[in-house]
Amino acid sequence: MGALGKWLEAEGIATTQISLVREHSEAIMPPRALWVPFIMGRPLGVPGDAAFQRRVVTAALKLLEAPLGPVLEDYPEDAPAVAAEESEGFACPVSFSRPVTGEGLAAAVAKEVAELAPWYALSRERHGRTTATLSGLAPAAAAKFITDFIADQSTPGYRDGVDPALALRLATQDLKAYYLEAVAAQPGARAALDANRWFWHETAAGRAYLALREACLKSGDETVRRFGARSLIPLAVAPRPSGIT
Amino acid sequence: MARLADLGQWERELLLDMLKEVPGFGLEGSPWVAGPPLARRRVAIVTTAGLHRASDPPYADGAAANDYRVIPGDVRADELLMSHLSSNFDRTGFQQDANVVFPIDRLRELAAEGVVGSLAEFHYAVMGAARVPGSKPTAARMAGMLRRDKVDAVLLTPV
Repeated sequence: MGALGKWLEAEGIATTQISLVREHSEAIMPPRALWVPFIMGRPLGVPGDAAFQRRVVTAALKLLEAPLGPVLEDYPEDAPAVAAEESEGFACPVSFSRPVTGEGLAAAVAKEVAELAPWYALSRERHGRTTATLSGLAPAAAAKFITDFIADQSTPGYRDGVDPALALRLATQDLKAYYLEAVAAQPGARAALDANRWFWHETAAGRAYLALREACLKSGDETVRRFGARSLIPLAVAPRPSGIT
Repeated sequence: MARLADLGQWERELLLDMLKEVPGFGLEGSPWVAGPPLARRRVAIVTTAGLHRASDPPYADGAAANDYRVIPGDVRADELLMSHLSSNFDRTGFQQDANVVFPIDRLRELAAEGVVGSLAEFHYAVMGAARVPGSKPTAARMAGMLRRDKVDAVLLTPV
């Protein structure tokens, strides 16, 4: 993003930016950057905390009044941590009925989706929205598309004009958003990293995504293989398979 | 967090790999545009978070990844969706409050109080995973639109 700031500035538009990776800003040196000590994905620090966000935005904008540049400033305030005692119990926040022996992954995911439904409904009601709408599929249908694809890579797409890799990306992003929005509506504050850890390590859906990656890597479609190798599983969960560019 | 030393090995390696590409991108030099005090500036947000409205197409992979999306100035934060292709960042913050990525409501408050002069008629979004060379023509097209909108300050937000 630092590069975009430089290009816009070269076009005559003054820019200031929030930086999440200080080393990138040090290397690129955009005209004005405020490095913030927040996790990737939260450049303003704290969702739902207008006062906190306002302090960050104001600090970034103030760099526009610096007399000389480039300017790389460190924002001094950390995002408040979620209390440890509240996040400790998050190893298994939803009491999923454990899949019985021999029960397939598809059935296990379908069961989780059903069990999370009331919490997802509560989240939608509370926030007045959901972000799990990219594919246009209902959560159960997104789950079915994913598990069908694991079983058979020639599973047809669900929308005209959307290539197979994008169809998989949108369905998987929606289903993950469904899980994470639902679990966020449950009692007790929890840290973002705990929620993500839960999805990837404690749910059948997380296991399904790992299986989906293997299925993608077997696909005859190069864009599907690349999606499976690069975009499906976070690097914090598993390294990229070797040999796929 | 988000110093490389704080990240896991594989994330750190990916970000370091991106750094290796920087010297070849022709980013030498330090463009610098001065301007009036903040209270007289017209501000637009440009985000690399892969945001768009539900009516816009999601971000594709490949060449089309360099396309930008227009976000009208009167957008409601809760209309925004994210179809960024990377899975390597937290989305739960955005799910709860789009302002944690796209601080449009905070800018509206600052404009109403006169801290900034005004807000742009249009804001812009791209998907930051697009490689830098591809973003140069995108930036040029965007800059043309920003000039027509009389914008003289851009707040860039990553994800």
